[in-house]
Amino acid sequence: MKDFGTLSLDLEPVGTNRLSATVGPESILEHATCLINAGMRLALVSGHDDGFSIRIVYLFTSGPPDRRVELHVPLEIEHMELPTLASVSFSASRFERELADLFGVTLLGHPQPRRLVLHQHWPANWHPMRSETVFPPKMVKEAGSYPFVPVEGAGVFEIPVGPVHAGLIEPGHFRFWVLGETILRMKARLWFVHKGIERLLEGKDIASGLRISERISGDTAVGHSLAFSQAVEECRGIQVSARAQALRAILLEMERLYNHVADIGALCNDVGYGLAQAKALSLREKLLSLNREITGHRLLRGGIFPGGTKVVRLPTQKELEDIENQFEDLVKQSSGNTLVMERFNGTAILESSHARELGVVGIAAKASGISFDARVAHPFIELGENFKVMVHGRGDVLARFNVRVDEFRNSLLVLGEIVKSQSNLDEVDQAPGNDKKSLKAGGVGIVEGWRGTIVHRVELAPNGTLSRVKIVDPSFLNWPALPVALANTIVPDFPLANKSFNLSYAGNDL
Amino acid sequence: MHWTLLSRLSISTLQIVGIAVGSPLLLGLMRKIRCRIEGRVGPPIAQPLIEIRKLAKRERIRPEYSSWIFTVAPIVLVATTLILVAITPIFSTGSSWSADLFAVVFLLLIGSVSVALSALDTGTAFGGMGASRAMTVGALAEPALLVALLALSVPAGSSNITTILVRSLYNPEWLVTPERLLALAAFLIVIVAESGRLPVDNPTTHLELTMIHEAMILEYSGIDLALVKLGESMRLVFMLALFGNLFIPWGIATRPGPIYLVIGMLSTAAKVVGLGTLIATVEVGMAKLRLFRVPELMAGAFVLSVLAVVSSLVVR
Repeated sequence: MKDFGTLSLDLEPVGTNRLSATVGPESILEHATCLINAGMRLALVSGHDDGFSIRIVYLFTSGPPDRRVELHVPLEIEHMELPTLASVSFSASRFERELADLFGVTLLGHPQPRRLVLHQHWPANWHPMRSETVFPPKMVKEAGSYPFVPVEGAGVFEIPVGPVHAGLIEPGHFRFWVLGETILRMKARLWFVHKGIERLLEGKDIASGLRISERISGDTAVGHSLAFSQAVEECRGIQVSARAQALRAILLEMERLYNHVADIGALCNDVGYGLAQAKALSLREKLLSLNREITGHRLLRGGIFPGGTKVVRLPTQKELEDIENQFEDLVKQSSGNTLVMERFNGTAILESSHARELGVVGIAAKASGISFDARVAHPFIELGENFKVMVHGRGDVLARFNVRVDEFRNSLLVLGEIVKSQSNLDEVDQAPGNDKKSLKAGGVGIVEGWRGTIVHRVELAPNGTLSRVKIVDPSFLNWPALPVALANTIVPDFPLANKSFNLSYAGNDL
Repeated sequence: MHWTLLSRLSISTLQIVGIAVGSPLLLGLMRKIRCRIEGRVGPPIAQPLIEIRKLAKRERIRPEYSSWIFTVAPIVLVATTLILVAITPIFSTGSSWSADLFAVVFLLLIGSVSVALSALDTGTAFGGMGASRAMTVGALAEPALLVALLALSVPAGSSNITTILVRSLYNPEWLVTPERLLALAAFLIVIVAESGRLPVDNPTTHLELTMIHEAMILEYSGIDLALVKLGESMRLVFMLALFGNLFIPWGIATRPGPIYLVIGMLSTAAKVVGLGTLIATVEVGMAKLRLFRVPELMAGAFVLSVLAVVSSLVVR
């Protein structure tokens, strides 16, 4: 057994690289503290309505080497009281508020025991993830709302923005308190798009579950369907062929390419540099057309399924070269423009220490000097020597821009090598025979999507349907970093700062 | 060279009609140029004209707690611009009803202040934000414009725009003096700032929080919005025409007669289209400045115009 600092628990191995133990609510804080002090990240907290009790599962991960530890905490339905981990992990405090909203768990000692997921029009004592809950509820005028913390003083103004915005974007309410143009405080209220995806997945067969997972966040079809497939495969003990893994890596990087290029263009557009946006959109269109030829879908849906990967064809070296040339032209246009660089430089700095404390992942973390990437920590394929995690230390918009540029180049490089190594194989890869026995301990999938680390945890019912799927999109962990980065930023730079994080509302609010 | 009252009136009327119809077309042309350079097809050149017509037919909604200021502001904006167009030499010097440079600058100022006041009147956060930003920019841009025009008046010995124009037409060597060139640079920066174009403001953005000019007019709808849009585009074309005529005076009609007037119209149109094309082309390569950098740019324009005045006094 590997060492987890001062952890005094008997951990039982389950699945691949995963250890599990059941603990009581009174000792969860102690054990969680040990694991976090041993350098593990709280990747997921999931509630399970087992009928007679509510079981809370904490998943801690670290890597390399790839290690995953699960702590199960059963709570009796009569008094579901859960001591908070807020003192050791900020992300835990958010997961706990989610549990309180969705399962009705009472949080003990939580510093912010307010609603998170459910906005004030959802009725009180209505918890959508409880099995006896009926849909849809009757909306009420006001329940469980809490006021914004006002900022007072001479010359302080309050600016409310949203939830409906100009332009075709998702809904979110932002409240700014400004002194002149400088932001003193910003509070984001999201959670206007709760679709009940996790509840929807309950009882679905795996094929329908896969279709839903591809649609969790429209721009991350591969990331989510891959995490979902990995979790299902672990449940069922399915071994995926090396070729299928390689094809998955190709699709994952293809998704990164088209999203990064769109962000690079959008960042330039937000500072009024439309020329770069036009070039970026043209390259994005080229990538989407290529996606369509590879998987039959512009957003790469339908390529990955539990047990294998299916592609129509692979990108050719010529196509990758064209993409590279067009991309370098775009970078020259944008990085070569001093006005654009001046706007990016030093804007909305997320300090490395803050990013660490908040548990930020993905692009935002790498731009703040945190070298964490699930492709290294939880690899499903060896990506070769040329693969590097791109880290920039400044934490400003420019750093997030540069992480995208560097990741694009690196992904293209890695992609080229994988394609080369796969070119002599046939086009379709099928799942090896379905292993019907399902692992009782569930399965976990961890994937570095383009935005950051995606985690899925799946449990199957005896009849093979999904009994519980918990999804963590990187947006859930990264949204709290945006207000922190905005301190001392000016109001007209907010859209740029927001775009540099480019977090998903849909992925955040399942 | 004798202007009858009738010819003066008809020239002014022609200038008003020409600018009112031509200015949305120029905006359309500038958009088209931008789109083409970016490799896009772009909307038809007449699109802004079509939009104004469409808006004029639409229902007008006014904020519940707004006062008469909100109602009057678009009319004031358009009216001041119309007066400017009527009294300044645009197609012909015959339109001059004593267009003093102070009168021109102050009329422009009345228009921008009325829009800013209407924005404050709505009581919305965006209106206040836009008004505060626009006034920050305007407080530096308007003096720069005034001083730049002042520099031109020194050699001409008059503050009347027409006199400056006619005298420089007979003294073409004035056009390449340092004060002209300095004033030209300052004037051009002011035009870009006043008309809310890059790098000062981004006229095409949908991001409310970054807007300067657009934030002020967010609450306008229907005919009010049509008037504001028309007024703004006329201001741009008016400033471009003034700029063109002051720095390249040839072509403008200096005597009565339809032939001269037609030549004047065509030459002014050519100057305005040329300048509009130039601005649109340069704009493509521009990004928007950080808001706190805009005053630096404006201060630069002001310094240029002050230098222009100093040099015009010293060089003589």
